[in-house]
Amino acid sequence: MSTNKSTNQDVATGGSSALESSTAMEKTERERELPMIPAVDIFEDAHQLAVQAEMPGVSKDTLNVQVDRNSLLIEGDVALDLPAGMSALYADLQTTKYRRTFALSGELETERIAASLKDGLLTVRIPKRVEFRTRKIKVDVA
Amino acid sequence: MFESLFRGFGTDSLFDEIRRLENQMDQLFSSSPWPAGIRSVQRGTFPPLNVGATPERVDVYLFAANLDPKSLDVSLQQNLLAVSGSRKVDANENAEYYRRERFDGDFRRVISLPDDVDPERVAAKYRDGVLQITVQRRESARPRQITVNS
Repeated sequence: MSTNKSTNQDVATGGSSALESSTAMEKTERERELPMIPAVDIFEDAHQLAVQAEMPGVSKDTLNVQVDRNSLLIEGDVALDLPAGMSALYADLQTTKYRRTFALSGELETERIAASLKDGLLTVRIPKRVEFRTRKIKVDVA
Repeated sequence: MFESLFRGFGTDSLFDEIRRLENQMDQLFSSSPWPAGIRSVQRGTFPPLNVGATPERVDVYLFAANLDPKSLDVSLQQNLLAVSGSRKVDANENAEYYRRERFDGDFRRVISLPDDVDPERVAAKYRDGVLQITVQRRESARPRQITVNS
């Protein structure tokens, strides 16, 4: 994989897929690319666990959130408004795919997962099963 | 006496091995046949940006999710584009955090564009967490088809 930032490829290689039809060969090449790992904040309160992931360039149409009992997968494709015939002058992002998976634990109620996407920020909330919700335990002083 | 200072960093310690691996990684990822730009930044600087060009225009894409467009300051002086702003992550006071990887605070990125951009014709839009700044290039700089008369 080339790491030179000034290579002569398209800005965010493969991003033109939104505009042009791509051949099957290009597609397999793209799938071989290492996806970006989105930066996340993960936090938990008494009722739920939340994951906030940075996925700028991803819209609702190109976002994929999958959950089963054991894992959470978030992935998405960057779709940019690229003029035809554009060549890259500089590219921090060398790929257009985000992907990250997390292992979940059994106390999470994955059937009631909720996800929202706003301005490239994905928020996934997974409630905890009632019996696992944190209860404050009052300590009586004798 | 100095020798004894360095002898500890022999070739057999695990620490040394890791450090050598780090150096190799650094070289692998930063070595480039071209010299680094004077305003280039280290990998992972927020926000990452890509720049693309056509004969008519230059487009700069800044990848910054959940920005308040009002916090942004975009300026173009000749061909030097500066974008600054702040991105505050609203910390959830009642929650326990396991990971905090998202950038929180002020940022600024400066990049030099091709010399022929027209600072009078700039447009910016923010969509899906990407700030796209489009600068038109001057007519005179565009390639022209020259017909050869026989």
